[in-house]
Amino acid sequence: MNRLAYLVVIGIALPAFAQDARKSGFDFMGPDTQAMQKDDLANPGMLSVLEGEALWKANAGTSQKSCASCHDDATQSIKGVAARYPAFDETTQAPLDLAGRIIQCRTERQGAPAPQREGRELLALTSYVAHQSRDLPIAPPKDARLASTRAQGAALYSTRMGQLNFSCAQCHDDNAGGHLGAAPIPQAHPTGYPLYRLEWQALGSLQRRFRNCLSGMRAEPIAAGSKEAIALELFLMERAAGIHLETPAVRP
Amino acid sequence: MWRVLGLLAVLVSFDATAQTPVPYRIENGAIAQPLTGVKGDPAKGRAIVVERQKGLCLLCHSGPFPEERFQGDLAPSLVGTGSRLSEGEIRLRMVDSTKVNEKTIMPPYYKTEGLERVAANYKGKTLLSAQEIEDVIAFLVSLKDDTQK
Ligand code: HEC
Ligand code: HEC
Repeated sequence: MNRLAYLVVIGIALPAFAQDARKSGFDFMGPDTQAMQKDDLANPGMLSVLEGEALWKANAGTSQKSCASCHDDATQSIKGVAARYPAFDETTQAPLDLAGRIIQCRTERQGAPAPQREGRELLALTSYVAHQSRDLPIAPPKDARLASTRAQGAALYSTRMGQLNFSCAQCHDDNAGGHLGAAPIPQAHPTGYPLYRLEWQALGSLQRRFRNCLSGMRAEPIAAGSKEAIALELFLMERAAGIHLETPAVRP
Repeated sequence: MWRVLGLLAVLVSFDATAQTPVPYRIENGAIAQPLTGVKGDPAKGRAIVVERQKGLCLLCHSGPFPEERFQGDLAPSLVGTGSRLSEGEIRLRMVDSTKVNEKTIMPPYYKTEGLERVAANYKGKTLLSAQEIEDVIAFLVSLKDDTQK
């Protein structure tokens, strides 16, 4: 009996090793939207990256220091950072997402007012920082202190929620590649955030994307920056480990 | 196009139905008794099925609706439902499909309990009213294999 189960496991595991079936949302898009993302001159998210670059270099807050005063040349110093967030924050002894880290730098190290979640300033800085990791593989930190929060995210991902009683996994694992009405269902890998969504006609964060799916499920929203939002993000980043970042992506 | 048909916008815009579900009995994989005393109206049922903001059916199902573009492909076609299933079996699937398949993605159309994290404006409301469900059932019963292909 045991041996049979073992054989079945091998039978399933082998093809999985042989070929990675994971795909970025990019691969589910039509050629026009793909072309828009790939061309920096056509990609509307690049405007935000440029705005972020200017903010990075500008003095801010009571410190009258810029991000660059401490981090120097972003193309070197923060390359790869976005690929390993959320990370465990020593000060608060809790997992922190990239936007949360930038808020922390703004307030505590630069003495500037806290930028708003989903506000223009924070999105611009976050997309500039994440853009420095474009084309790098997602590389979640092997930090045991993140394990329990990541497990909370995994549980949330497979819990049925809302009036429609869907779980994230039912769409993004069981039915990925299918069509919900006209919309192709992607695998929900957080490869391109912050990204420009045509439906929003704006740049938005991964956590804004969670809100969209949750409201489609007619479920309670998860507040941006909350422990639950960071837990989901941690889980999705682990699930997408090795897939390359695309920030700023474009999505329908 | 993506803006008009953006799924999530479609899913949220429907005004939910405030009602305490009437009790029903499941026997032999079916709910034999109608939920209301008023006979279901198949024409109204058809309208609910194709209206994406109300029935949501075509987000997942396809069916004999040549005028409807972009029908979903997550579920079997509704063609011939009335030949495959009895009225009572259809009623059970409409009321709460998880009673037939625990893992189904089909939403429970007549259920308010046992759901988690329901958004405040939908709490305590069923997806469709008892009468709307009877209308949909009357329509599905009429979908016999030989009436359309
Ligand atoms: C009913 C199916 C459904 C459910 C349930 C659902 N989603 Fe989605 N999700 C979609 C669809 C469809 C899209 C693509 C939307 C579009 O292109 O209009 C999407 C997009 C996404 C994306 C964007 C991926 C990218 O490439 O940027 C993420 C991330 C995501 N969903 C996460 C979640 C999470 C987390 C949950 C659970 C809280 C969830 N989804 C629940 C259908 C669903
Ligand atoms: C989120 C996707 C989804 C939605 C929305 C949905 N269904 Fe379903 N439905 C399914 C799936 C998947 C099945 C296959 C059975 C299963 O999952 O157990 C199914 C099965 C059925 C069946 C049984 C089919 C058979 O031949 O056995 C009927 C009848 C049905 N659905 C009718 C409807 C109607 C009517 C609506 C709208 C009021 C609807 N469904 C909405 C996903 C959905």
